[in-house]
Amino acid sequence: MKVLGIESSCDETGVALYDSARGLLGHRVHSQIDLHAAYGGVVPELASRDHIRRLPLLVRETLAEAGCALSEIDALAYTAGPGLAGALLVGAGAAEALALALDVPALPIHHLEGHLLSPLLAADAPDFPFVALLVSGGHTQLMRVTGVGEYELLGESLDDAAGEAFDKTAKLLGLGYPGGPQLAALAATGSAGRFRLPRPMLNSGDLDFSFSGLKTAVLNVVSAPGWQAADAADLAADFQQAVVEVLVRKALAALRSTGLQRLVVAGGVGANRELRAQLDRAAARRGWRVYYPEAELCTDNGAMIAFAGALRLAAGAGGSREGRIAIRPRWPLAELMRP
Amino acid sequence: MIDRIHPADDNGSPLCMHLATEAETAALGAALGNALHAGLVIYLLGDLGAGKTTLVRGLLRGLGHRGSVKSPTYTLIEPYVVSRLNLYHFDFYRFNSPDEFLDAGLDEYFGGQGACMVEWPGKAAPHLPPPDLEVALSLAGTGRQVELKAGTEAGRRCLTELSNALRAPPAPA
Repeated sequence: MKVLGIESSCDETGVALYDSARGLLGHRVHSQIDLHAAYGGVVPELASRDHIRRLPLLVRETLAEAGCALSEIDALAYTAGPGLAGALLVGAGAAEALALALDVPALPIHHLEGHLLSPLLAADAPDFPFVALLVSGGHTQLMRVTGVGEYELLGESLDDAAGEAFDKTAKLLGLGYPGGPQLAALAATGSAGRFRLPRPMLNSGDLDFSFSGLKTAVLNVVSAPGWQAADAADLAADFQQAVVEVLVRKALAALRSTGLQRLVVAGGVGANRELRAQLDRAAARRGWRVYYPEAELCTDNGAMIAFAGALRLAAGAGGSREGRIAIRPRWPLAELMRP
Repeated sequence: MIDRIHPADDNGSPLCMHLATEAETAALGAALGNALHAGLVIYLLGDLGAGKTTLVRGLLRGLGHRGSVKSPTYTLIEPYVVSRLNLYHFDFYRFNSPDEFLDAGLDEYFGGQGACMVEWPGKAAPHLPPPDLEVALSLAGTGRQVELKAGTEAGRRCLTELSNALRAPPAPA
């Protein structure tokens, strides 16, 4: 079963071909980060227009890489939400149109389902059940995953997502876009411990997060008299340490409360080295294991969407053949149905 | 207790307050919520971290909203239905061109029966309707200075109600 996956929920256009018998056959991502860098953020309308330009080419390149003709595709899978409406419409329109032309089913996929199943694409894949920590620019969530389409929300950010906190704090420190990775790079050159930043909701007794106050705490430091730009690396290190500490402690608490021993980390912030190092250390002490997607599948991509589509088809989902474009810009994962 | 520095007057002077803590920013939001009317457009001004989303969170909590109040930076708009009105929380921080406001169809939220709270309104000017009320937050020591200024008659009524509510002695527990 060959599934062509299309991802266009935000600033990456991703296309991939996944074969349930042979694995990932082709995989292309075009990032709009360069385009957005000039503007200091993801720009919704630019994003939509760029998806339109890139998609046909990416589909051709992906099929060429896979050595596969359009007519060999058995199903389409596309990100139907959550995301920016205009950007979602581009991928949904392309996928539904292709499906109609090829007379194959199309499956709308939840973007976060793609992320949290993506570690299953790795050579060393975890078995169900596991706890998933999803950390990106738009989301920070802990979930109990017992099977495809079986997701229980354990906790989430009540305000800013962890990646958003990285991006905005980077902006406060005068770094460019995307600020998260640059902030992490700056943090690696500094040492934590000089600035006392809060650990929001560390002891809240639940598995929710809050990162907005941390950004404000950084603002207070850089606005105080005596602040020197030379201290930015140390402040970045303290900021990163605060975010990582909260993420690690809550992820461990989620494992304890569910009695599970496998943690899956997905989303762009999951590529953060300090987060990985501290999670691995903490888990190893307890005999637990942490799984990550392949590095190139941490950020948004089409492979995770094709893969989620293939898993849903294998589990009995039929998909639609009506060419009906169904996007849901706001789509709580808890409302997602089992296949 | 919120420390009122300068009351609004009929000459258009802003209502000025010092907010010592995040809790006071939220409390001002809750008080503003009680003075809110359908159709009001409120601009929220201030830099990253000034407390704009915190104020909206306090406002929504005051109106009985129990769920989370997330920053709309990535989604551009977070809609809420609270006890008696539709409330739309916008954030145009990521806009490159004001025209994206029209391209995204966001103008359709304005001019109706909803109340619109707008962060980074400058990024959508000149397409945005003028504000009934402007709330400007800025850093002041470790707290915040806030100025509320009415731009229309509806805004002045809202500001008067808010001002009276803040002056009234707290209800007995």
